Order: sequence, then C-alpha cells, then structure tokens
Amino acid sequence: MSSRAPNDVGSLPIDAVPLRHPGRTASALVIVALLGLFLYGAATNSAYEWSTYAAYLLDERISRAAVITLMLTVLAMVIGVVLGVLLAVMRLSPNRVLRSVSWGFVWFFRGTPVYVQLVFWGLITTIYRTVDLGVPFGPQFLHISTSSFAENFFWLAVIGLGLNESAYMAEIVRAGISSVDEGQYEAATALGMSWREATTLVVLPQAMRVIIPPTGNELISMLKTTSLVTAIPYTQDLYSRARDLAVETFNPVPMLLVASTWYLFFTSILMVGQFYLERHFGRGASRAASSKQLKTLAAAQLRDDKAVR
Amino acid sequence: MTLRDSLPSATAQAASPMVVSEGVHKRFGALEVLKGVTLSVNAGEVMCLVGPSGSGKSTFLRCINHLEQISAGRLYVDGELVGYRQRGDRLFEMHPKDAARQRRQIGMVFQRFNLFPHMTALENIVAAPVKDQGRRREAAIEQGRDLLKQVGLSDKADAYPAQLSGGQQQRVAIARALAMEPKLMLFDEPTSALDPELVGEVLDVMRALADKGMTMIVVTHEMGFAREVADSLVFMDDGVVVEAGNPREVLANPTHARTRAFLSKVL
Repeated sequence: MSSRAPNDVGSLPIDAVPLRHPGRTASALVIVALLGLFLYGAATNSAYEWSTYAAYLLDERISRAAVITLMLTVLAMVIGVVLGVLLAVMRLSPNRVLRSVSWGFVWFFRGTPVYVQLVFWGLITTIYRTVDLGVPFGPQFLHISTSSFAENFFWLAVIGLGLNESAYMAEIVRAGISSVDEGQYEAATALGMSWREATTLVVLPQAMRVIIPPTGNELISMLKTTSLVTAIPYTQDLYSRARDLAVETFNPVPMLLVASTWYLFFTSILMVGQFYLERHFGRGASRAASSKQLKTLAAAQLRDDKAVR
Repeated sequence: MTLRDSLPSATAQAASPMVVSEGVHKRFGALEVLKGVTLSVNAGEVMCLVGPSGSGKSTFLRCINHLEQISAGRLYVDGELVGYRQRGDRLFEMHPKDAARQRRQIGMVFQRFNLFPHMTALENIVAAPVKDQGRRREAAIEQGRDLLKQVGLSDKADAYPAQLSGGQQQRVAIARALAMEPKLMLFDEPTSALDPELVGEVLDVMRALADKGMTMIVVTHEMGFAREVADSLVFMDDGVVVEAGNPREVLANPTHARTRAFLSKVL
C-alpha cells in the first residue's frame, strides 16, 4: 500500500540542496592566483619589451611574411590533400602494384624527418641538373634544365612540405574511407549508382566526419611546420623574417612574441572554420533532435495534452 | 539453340518468368555456397525463400542483382542475362555501367536497412533517381513524398535515419528501392533486425506491395507472411533447393526430412 497520494510529490519539480565541492573551489582559486602572478610578471618584465612588440606587430615586413607563410601552408596542404586522396585510393585499389607503390611512398615520407626532406629539396637542383624524358637510346620528348628552378625556393618549399604532408593525409583518408560501413557502398550499388557516384555521394561524405578533425590538426601543424623552410633555405616566411628583424632590434624576444601572435591568429581562424565543417558533415550522426525538431515535438505534446483534457 | 530460346518466355504465356535461375553455382575461393540452384519466379508472383542460416539464401539473392558474380550456371532477369553479355557461345563480363543499368530495374532491401545516415529520409529516396536516371529534382521529390505516404511516413520526410525506429527505417528503405520503379524487389531478411512489435508494420507495407502485383523474392523467417502472401515457397539448405511449392502445402506437409527438421524449429 502506498503511503503517499500520487499527486503529493510526484509531479512537483525537484528542488534539492546542491552538493558543495570545496576541493574544486580551492584549486580554481590557486590556479587563478598563479595565472594572475604570471601575467603581472610578464607585463612588468623589461625583457619582453612590449613597446618593441607593439611597434613591430603590424610592421609591413611582418604582415607580408605572414601572408607568405599562409600561402606556403595553403599550397602545401592542397598538394597534401590531393596527393593524399590519390594515395589512399591507390592503397585501397585491387591493383597490387598501385597498392605497393602507395605503401612505399607513405613508408618513406613518413619515416624521414621533414627537416631532412626540406634540405634534400634545397639540393635537388644540384642532384638532378637536367630532367630528360624519352626512350633510352631513342628519341627524346622532354628536356628541362633544372637550373631555372634553382633560385625558386618558394616552390621547392611548397613541394617539400606538400609531399611530406601527403603521406600523413593518405593514412587519414584511408582510415576515413575504411570507417564507412560496407553496407553503404552495397546499398548505393544496388540502387544502380556507379563506383564514382557511390564514392562521392555516399562514402566520402560519411568518411569526412572521420577525416576532418585530424585534417584540421594537420593544417594547423602545417602552419607551424612552415617555419622549417629555412632548411631549404627559404627566408621569406614569418619565422625567418621575425628572426631577421630581431637583428635590427637587438632583442629576439619581442620578435618571437610578434611571430607567435600571428601564428595564433591564423590558428584561431582555422579552428573556427573547422568547427563549421565538422558541424556540416556531422549531420544525421546524432539521434538527438535539433532544437527546431525539439520545439516541434514539444508543441505536438502540448496539443495532445490539451486534447486529453 | 541458345539457352535463351529454350526459356518459357519464348512461348508467350500470360505468366512470363521474371527471374530464371539455371544451375547457379557460387564459390568463394574453395568454399562452394551455391551448388546448383534452379528455380523461376513469374512476373507478379511473390516467392519466399526459407532455410537455415548459411544455406545460401542471401547469397542467391545477392547474385540476382549481381552484387555477387556467379561461378557457374545462368541467371536471367526479365529475359536478360545477369552480369554477362552473350555473343555466340562466349560470355563476356559486363561493363560496370551496364551492370548498374540492370540493377536499377531491381530493388533491394537489406536486413540492416543501409539507409544513408547523412541524408534525410526524403534525400535517401531522391538521391539515386536524380543522379542515375537524370530525373528532374522537383519531380523526384514529389514522387519521394508520395512514396513516403504509401509507407505511412509522410511526417518523417526531414528526419535523419538515426532519429527513426528500425521499422520506420526499413519502410524508408523500401520506399527508396521503389523510387527506381523496379520490376523486381528483393528482400534480404527485412524484419530480422527489428524489435518484435515493429515487424508487423514492415510486413504490412510488403503485403500492400504484393497486392499491387510487384514481383518479389523474400528471404525471411516469417512463416505467417509466407503462408498468407507468397505464391511459392522455396526451402534451401546447403546451397541447393530442397523443396519448393505452394506455401500452404509445403508448410503443412513437408516431404523432405530436412524441411521437416527446419520447420519444426521455426514454427
């Protein structure tokens, strides 16, 4: 026998005393205090030379170098993504030769340091003085002297960074494609879609959900890896220019802060872009109804309740 | 004389065969899953395919729309060889484009629905007709809404598959297959992944489809559905047809011991 009437407590919203967390409060206070001390120290430490920082932050030489760094990042990433997708498709192909070549490429470019690769690309024009394409002992179709590229360190940097990146992107894309249920491709095929339609309409959009977060990481990582192009040696990028200007100011610290600010600025923009991309490709992934759908459902429930009464 | 000439369809009867299977074998490496399946389904008929798991029912179904390539025998849909082109005595592998054209005439419904999770119910239905058949998007959407209404899901057009129950997902999957306006529908255990209370709603849709005269081959364990809806029942075991006939007769008086043993477990 129930001791309370059903209307006694059942329908009242719960109003309970919240549990206190003294440990949490104390640790938060300690961390905020330490952070405050650090900021105060940074603001008053003369080594940071904040006036120099302010003077050079928007210096034209710096902003131009920032644009070059951005171009290096984007171009290298384009090569990385396009070649990476190609390598991933090759890796999943039934053709054994294509599979092996893709595996070997990834093995080599992922297994050697990008710094070493960039030094190598800087020397490529002394290793290969001419590029000839033709039948051995027969006619020649193509003859290029590489000396014309010798001074073009920007493109050597793009190629060097792009090829290294493609090895990582290949693995990311392959993991994404493999993550899509086989039944998806089968259902698309059964509907009479061609391999291309099934891949572009059904498989890749679902693979994107898995591909985009690590690709965002790669993009941000690439932005910072461009600082290694000095190995080529290419010196127009953000970090190299900041170091050059440090000679002018006799203090490297504020210039490092200037460069870091620009890197952080670009990274923040990229993170915003990644958020929207993830949201776009995440549609349908969650059972949770959108706020719009919840509103519709709530309205329907209200209607039903009224109808019952 | 080619095999094609010997088909009953050449004799132009009212009941023309939609699917003809002659000694179909399927091997996966050393494993032989189908060991000579011979049967035929007439246009407008419903055939239920039953048998223990691993008996080759699903594989046979997948051979009919060339998701699997057969190893021996001949398979025809609407008088046309599946997956191959015959010139003289030689068979030539079909170009993927032609295989895709064949598949568009055959609708398939899977045990695990296989709806595209990144598309809404309506987008799932519209995708293939717009892309493959080059139909106008507006016309395809109108047809899609009509199909959703037929399967009782007019209000779910904008829901994503993850927001639908299993039964609703399977009904969307049926609507998606119907959007291609197929001559033949294949169902691969369409209710096996469903909660018991959701089985009925999917069977109702299939029954309505049968009443409209759709040719259907249904791999199922729903003996009630087989008894009431099917024109013929085929019992398969170990890659061969063991027994076939009128569903009521086969279910009531199975002649083979293997059929009896199987039915005693499922009925």
